[in-house]
Amino acid sequence: MSTLRFIVDNFSEVMYLSWEHIWIVGIALLIATPIGVVLGIVITKYEQFSSRVLNGANILMTVPSLALFGLMLPVLAIFNMGLGKVPAVIALVLYSQLPIIRNTYTAIKNVPPALVDAGRGMGMSKWKLLRELEIPLAIPVIIAGLRTAAVMNIGVAAIATYIGAGGLGVYIQQGIARVYPEMILSGALLVSLLAIIVDGGMALLERIATPEGIRIQRKLSR
Amino acid sequence: MNRLFTKLYRIIIAVIILIAGVTFERTGLIKLLSDPYEYPVIMELFLQHLYMVTLSMLFATILGVTAGILLTRHRFRRYAGVCMYIIGLGQTIPSLAVLALAMSFLGIGMKPAVFALTIYSILPIARNTLAGITAVPPELIDAGKGMGMPPMRILMEVELPNAMKVILTGFRVALIINIGTAALAYVIGAGGLGDLIFTGISLMQTDKLLAGAIPVTLLALFADFLSELLGLSLISRGLRLSD
Repeated sequence: MSTLRFIVDNFSEVMYLSWEHIWIVGIALLIATPIGVVLGIVITKYEQFSSRVLNGANILMTVPSLALFGLMLPVLAIFNMGLGKVPAVIALVLYSQLPIIRNTYTAIKNVPPALVDAGRGMGMSKWKLLRELEIPLAIPVIIAGLRTAAVMNIGVAAIATYIGAGGLGVYIQQGIARVYPEMILSGALLVSLLAIIVDGGMALLERIATPEGIRIQRKLSR
Repeated sequence: MNRLFTKLYRIIIAVIILIAGVTFERTGLIKLLSDPYEYPVIMELFLQHLYMVTLSMLFATILGVTAGILLTRHRFRRYAGVCMYIIGLGQTIPSLAVLALAMSFLGIGMKPAVFALTIYSILPIARNTLAGITAVPPELIDAGKGMGMPPMRILMEVELPNAMKVILTGFRVALIINIGTAALAYVIGAGGLGDLIFTGISLMQTDKLLAGAIPVTLLALFADFLSELLGLSLISRGLRLSD
């Protein structure tokens, strides 16, 4: 109850920190999506690089977030950007690569060959095939990858507070430092709430983005 | 073309090692590691980290696999959907939040950290155990029944071996997340390698920072390798061949 009081009392600060959190995650996704999707599409066309790219992204994902901040700090410190939002966004972009690339790759691989043949039979060029057939069919799965990335990034952004990136992690950090349980609890609850809301929102987006024909097909097959 | 790329890769790796070496020397990491007073401290923190990870993974594996198996038994099967949903929701909660919550209820130190790590690692293991056993082809279970196997033997000799690959994937994910989260456990007073990283960040002491960050990264990469190795010994040969 006292946690709720804390949130109500500091409502404007809560809104500001939430906005900061969303901003970091949003910018990172905005940068990561084109890179990941393009890489994912490229490796479906140049199959020989697929395992290398996916393995590389997998290794990036394995590096613990705090260690990644630590490893980037001395490098970015040369450009005087070791702390703050820049390393946070870079780390989030790197972490988003695996889910986005993997989902784009599998989605485009899983487009039924019969459909691709039909498109080719209609005289579509390779580019047109990609734009009008493969990408629209792959979009829901790509958005599922973005959803995974977004939820994970909200968690990593909370940790990025410790390198001065701000966001809702500030409440957890300050709360622990000041032994202020209401502050810790409200930080933890708000971050979790944000993750759950974003997860739900992206799930909705996934459903909207599914082409109508596929939705009907799925309903019939059920 | 491919050989050209292999050579290019070798050059890139060599350059990275070179840059890393220069960085270590310039930041004084090598001096720190050879310091007779600092070295034991780093070693102790490393062992603390390992202890936290091992203990929590031990609990999490036992509890997670048991929960997963129980949820696929006939009596509890109807709760499986609800539990999956709760697990999914739990996984969206950030690791730092779980640690902070554990601290606000259990206080500071190693105990709440191990508790939080255990809870957080149970989720992927239980989820994958459940998914793996559910995905075992019903024909195989029928075949086991036809051979007169009691349910326990079906579980041990048919369901678990066939689900092992999926279970191990869950174990791998849990282990890697666990190692990363254990680095955060420093903020709730549990020690571990996070101590060096956080101190390094707040004092802008790059040598300390790297002395923490590099072992944590290597530990995570080694854990990845270890789970791969575990797969070779635990997944039966026939199933591996069919992939």
